[in-house]
Amino acid sequence: MTVDKTTVTDSKAERPPMVKAEQVHKSFGHLEVLKGIDLEVQPGEVMCMIGPSGSGKSTFLRCINHLEKIDAGRLWVDGHLVGYREKGGKLYELRDREVAAQRRDIGMVFQRFNLFPHMTALENVMEAPVRVKKEPKDAVRERARALLERVGLADKMHSYPAQLSGGQQQRVAIARALAMQPKLMLFDEPTSALDPELVGEVLEVMKRLALDGMTMIVVTHEIGFAREVGDSLVFMDGGVVVESGPPREVLANPQHPRTRDFLSKVL
Amino acid sequence: MTVNGDVEKGRPEAIRAVPVRHPGRWAGAAVVLVLAAMFVHFLLYNPAFNWSEQWKYLFSEPVLKGVRNTIWLTVAAMAGGIALGVVLALMRMSPNPLLKGAAFVYLWFFRGTPLYTQLLIWGAIGALIPTIGIGIPFGPELHTWQTQKLINVALAAALGLILNEAAYMAEIVRAGILSVDPGQQEAASALGMSRMQTMRRIVLPQAMRVIVPPTGNETISMLKNTSLVAAVPYAELTFTAQTIYASTYQIIPMLIMACLWYLFLSTLLMIGQYYLERHFSRGVGNSGRGRGGLRALRGGGGQ
Repeated sequence: MTVDKTTVTDSKAERPPMVKAEQVHKSFGHLEVLKGIDLEVQPGEVMCMIGPSGSGKSTFLRCINHLEKIDAGRLWVDGHLVGYREKGGKLYELRDREVAAQRRDIGMVFQRFNLFPHMTALENVMEAPVRVKKEPKDAVRERARALLERVGLADKMHSYPAQLSGGQQQRVAIARALAMQPKLMLFDEPTSALDPELVGEVLEVMKRLALDGMTMIVVTHEIGFAREVGDSLVFMDGGVVVESGPPREVLANPQHPRTRDFLSKVL
Repeated sequence: MTVNGDVEKGRPEAIRAVPVRHPGRWAGAAVVLVLAAMFVHFLLYNPAFNWSEQWKYLFSEPVLKGVRNTIWLTVAAMAGGIALGVVLALMRMSPNPLLKGAAFVYLWFFRGTPLYTQLLIWGAIGALIPTIGIGIPFGPELHTWQTQKLINVALAAALGLILNEAAYMAEIVRAGILSVDPGQQEAASALGMSRMQTMRRIVLPQAMRVIVPPTGNETISMLKNTSLVAAVPYAELTFTAQTIYASTYQIIPMLIMACLWYLFLSTLLMIGQYYLERHFSRGVGNSGRGRGGLRALRGGGGQ
């Protein structure tokens, strides 16, 4: 249960890991934020990432869908190199169009929701399938309605984001990401901007999503969620993975002093 | 400690208090009324206005032609100015230093010199650039035209206004785009939208809320700035009024008549602006509808 040995059974050995990171480095100017991240996420796995702010969790998440470019190392999603093509031992940057195509299969939920404020909840959910995938509007509308019902917002379809509570906005944001039928969902502190009484409704939606078998990486401060829903837990600090393993083990019996120190503050 | 049931009994009598008197407001109102009466008297009894002379020309053929020219110049200048302004704004925000620099130099020249002077130059464009040709830069020319024939006064007037307006619109558009939360672009990118789709579907519609009000002001300014193309010279409304009074010597009536036309047209523009602003404030707060706008026409609310 030290670095990186997750207890996933190898029954589907031919399937590549959904996410594989090898020595991922990332700097902003002189500040090195990621100092060599190695990890794997298997299909269907829910991985929670915890750690103090500034530890690089969010940056790593943003590297996975190429919102940030990595400086060194390799990052694969579903067997495909993120942002680059490797040919004859040389790396070629992907064109904007190709990067966009990679992102289609990766849903992302942001701390600050980032709903499109000039569109209703329904229009927010429909936008990407209609514009990006060019799916017929009627079919998308049906799917969008079903998704909004699934996150408990059947009566809010025609509301603008400003008319919704934070919890409702975040649930619309989850439905918007799901509308693209992604194979991987990234959650960047999805409940950190919410009033305490609204956290539960969002976690509930995420929990059901996990039970449905979605592969998820969740950067969070909700230790309870990590323990209950996560298949694996990663503790990051100072740009490295300090400790990882099954959540109950890491939380009950942290091996590294920095993990112990962090958990003693948040638990 | 009951909460319900006592409502009937518990509600106190509604407050009926003697309101505070405001003698200052009454005095102010009296002064304004007297001044207004004097102004109406001035309008009605000052012979210099010569209302009947104005009425004679208000819908006359040359004046209507001048009004038409003013309108199409305004529309052309704003349409061209907005289109070129968007291009310049995108250039200024481009990571390419040459594009950025070119846009900056353009803005520097067109904002740094008076519109009237620029229009005078357009009037003499034939002297600056005698011929215009298609060909290879610094190489042979395939075909050449006389500038004087290619660019007539109408085109020179429109070009002068467009190029000047584009410089101002570029800054308005840039401010609008910068006002949109960067998280919006990230969310669109994360959904797999292309740069163009993100700009057109997500960023610009939100930027419009910031872009529309100053653009409305620019349009109203432009309506009046068209009078400067007399420098080219091109016969729009003011120039037409001048031509008429040059022969009738009725200077004030013709200028007031032109003002009446400008007021009528700018009122139409203000109403249009109100509806545009309302459209683009969709989703901003619950009270987004009806915010601002016509209040200016009604003369500012508040009691």
